[in-house]
Amino acid sequence: MSKRSVADLKVGERATIQSFNNQLMSLKLLEMGCLPGAEVCLSGKAPLGDPICLNVSGYCLAMRRSEAATILIDN
Amino acid sequence: MNQSPVIALIGNPNAGKSSLFNQLTGLRQKTGNFPGVTVDKKSGTWPIDTQTVATIIDFPGIYSIYPKSLDEQIVTDILANPAHPDYPDVSVVVVDAANLHRNLLLFTQVADLGVPVILALNMLDVARQQAKDVNSVRLAMRLGVPVVRINARTGEGLDLLKKAVIGQLSEPTLPGKLFFDPAEELPDLITDTKIRYELDNNYLALQYLIQHDGFSFLDRPQQRGLDELIDKYQFNEQTFQAGETITRYKRIATIAAEVVTNQRPANQPTWSQKLDRYLLHPIWGYAIFSFILLLIFQAIFAWAQPFMDAIDTGVAWINGQLKESLPAGPLTDLLTDGVLAGIGGILVFIPQIAFLFLLVALLEESGYMSRVMVIMDRIMRKFGLNGRSVVPLISGVACAVPAIMATRSIGTRRDRLITILVTPLMSCSARLPIYTILIALVVPSRRILGLFNLQGLALMALYLLGLVSALVAAYILKLFLRTKERSYFIMELPTFKLPRWNHVGLTVWESVRSFVWEAGRVILAISIVLWVLASYGPDDSMDQAEARAKQQHSTLTLNQLQNIIASDRLEASYAGQFGHFIEPVIRPLGYDWKIGIALLSSFAAREVFVGTMSTIYSIGSGADDDGITIRERLRQERNPITGGPMYTPALAWSLLIFYVFAMMCMSTLAATQRETKSWKWPAVQLVYMMVLAYGAAFFTYQIMQ
Repeated sequence: MSKRSVADLKVGERATIQSFNNQLMSLKLLEMGCLPGAEVCLSGKAPLGDPICLNVSGYCLAMRRSEAATILIDN
Repeated sequence: MNQSPVIALIGNPNAGKSSLFNQLTGLRQKTGNFPGVTVDKKSGTWPIDTQTVATIIDFPGIYSIYPKSLDEQIVTDILANPAHPDYPDVSVVVVDAANLHRNLLLFTQVADLGVPVILALNMLDVARQQAKDVNSVRLAMRLGVPVVRINARTGEGLDLLKKAVIGQLSEPTLPGKLFFDPAEELPDLITDTKIRYELDNNYLALQYLIQHDGFSFLDRPQQRGLDELIDKYQFNEQTFQAGETITRYKRIATIAAEVVTNQRPANQPTWSQKLDRYLLHPIWGYAIFSFILLLIFQAIFAWAQPFMDAIDTGVAWINGQLKESLPAGPLTDLLTDGVLAGIGGILVFIPQIAFLFLLVALLEESGYMSRVMVIMDRIMRKFGLNGRSVVPLISGVACAVPAIMATRSIGTRRDRLITILVTPLMSCSARLPIYTILIALVVPSRRILGLFNLQGLALMALYLLGLVSALVAAYILKLFLRTKERSYFIMELPTFKLPRWNHVGLTVWESVRSFVWEAGRVILAISIVLWVLASYGPDDSMDQAEARAKQQHSTLTLNQLQNIIASDRLEASYAGQFGHFIEPVIRPLGYDWKIGIALLSSFAAREVFVGTMSTIYSIGSGADDDGITIRERLRQERNPITGGPMYTPALAWSLLIFYVFAMMCMSTLAATQRETKSWKWPAVQLVYMMVLAYGAAFFTYQIMQ
């Protein structure tokens, strides 16, 4: 079963981070506050749909879709 | 107490570290490099009592002590090495109260390394606006370290910070136990490492294990020893590091729950988020960015012009005064035609550089620059670059040297390397005088569509050519530089803030000063060498040339004769012989030996080209014409073979195209060497750009001729 990732969110949609599927990327994301159990909200997308802007615990993180795809979420 | 302690300012990007630094040091600050590395080091002095003057070091902003970019590497490299000259006696960790949770991650790591710490709780006003407050007394009790409430922008709370620093200096208090103790999970590995490397801090031992490849203070055998330990205990660094981060955040969450009161209604957008809807909008986003770029170009070319003219006139006036008041002779010539002409060529760029850095600093200060990186990332990625490459490329329009240094924030090695290699293709301000003089020579000043000036359009076309070639070169380099490393782009978008004007002012002042100082020294040296080479020749060849000219042209008037003598003497000088020597190589591009001299001398820095041309043509054209501009002299120059004007459109365009591409700047090559720590990349840069320049100029001349 393929899991949904942050990259699948629609603008304004909320979700809870469950796990990561790339270890190296997860190190960077964890430090920036993307923790398992944290609530995220896709607050916007850059003009060509990529990178995306994510609200995590009160601040805004910009990341590429390919990085967002490593953050798996609950449905 | 130490009479000259070192105090480090550490914190997340945008936590207010630099504001605090400026508050504490006032104007007693300087920039330099950390010993052994080229990363910018801002340090300053802070008198904390009558006997003690502390040195304050502003470290690059980081999110954790696991570095993601070269810039960030320096922080761990120093904090893990008590023998480093910049190792702090006290670390002041500046924390954004509005974002306590994430900011505490770095704080707990720094504290665990065993440096005496003080937590400076900043931006309480921002937190209050968001209906949050932090109980600093309870925070201090929970963390076991001094916590000081400050406002780095207004300077509130600095006396309390001073007291806390004095306290930590005279009687360092460290938290009783580590916030995160790796020995709880890895007792044997940590003990083994501590014994073998004579460490007494568990967390530092962990850093040795995880980061030893990046630690400059460990030698090869020491690094290999750590690899062996990792193998022996089957230690998985990445899993452990992920676990560490999660554990820290869990503990932080319990503390934050106790000390932060948050009455902010959920899901209410801040005004930064509202602004972002426009700045990141599919259409408005690019429209606003284009408008800002246009503004930057307008500032560089139109607004800076009056100041540049004023400097130009001023230098010419001083030159004239000197020539009148000093006795005529070689020394006066050296001073006026050599030194002063060369320095004038540098000073004239100050307004452009100042304007550019002013605007770039404003964009960065306000928080807009990160939005630009976001909207450009997708486009830049196609060319093997990164959203963060935008800043170097824009700064490259002023000068490639600071632009190349600005690539340090790019975390991926390949993205950074490509950015470094292509940045010098952006037309820097040193090319501008060459462009202006040659365009004025061959492009008529005519209006097109009643709006645009033809010369202006030609100038813009050259800048666009530089930009396009930078992107194409990046694309081609991307195909050659294969790497397993994954390119990434993760960035916090800071909230919008009003710029701190003193900070902007300091940035502009620093960049102008280093430009004048760095470029000025090169130009001064070359001007002197060139003047000597053009004024003297081997044996008595110059006198012979003069005698010959007198014999052959005995019928001419005195004035005409003087011109010919001067020109023949120049041809016989060292510089002239040098020019003749390389003439065969540059003939296919349409250049003669005089241009050859200018080309050669401008190898060190393009700025020298125009200066050399004025030197060559003023030495070569006799006396009595000091009022004539260099442009007029070029216009009058005849081609000895055809008898027509020397500077035909074909020649001028060939030269223009040559200078769009040519890698003629020692400082840039030196910067590339420093930043890549190898001679290979400056060599690659030099060769590919010179081949490009020669080829393009060759085709231009052959087609237009």
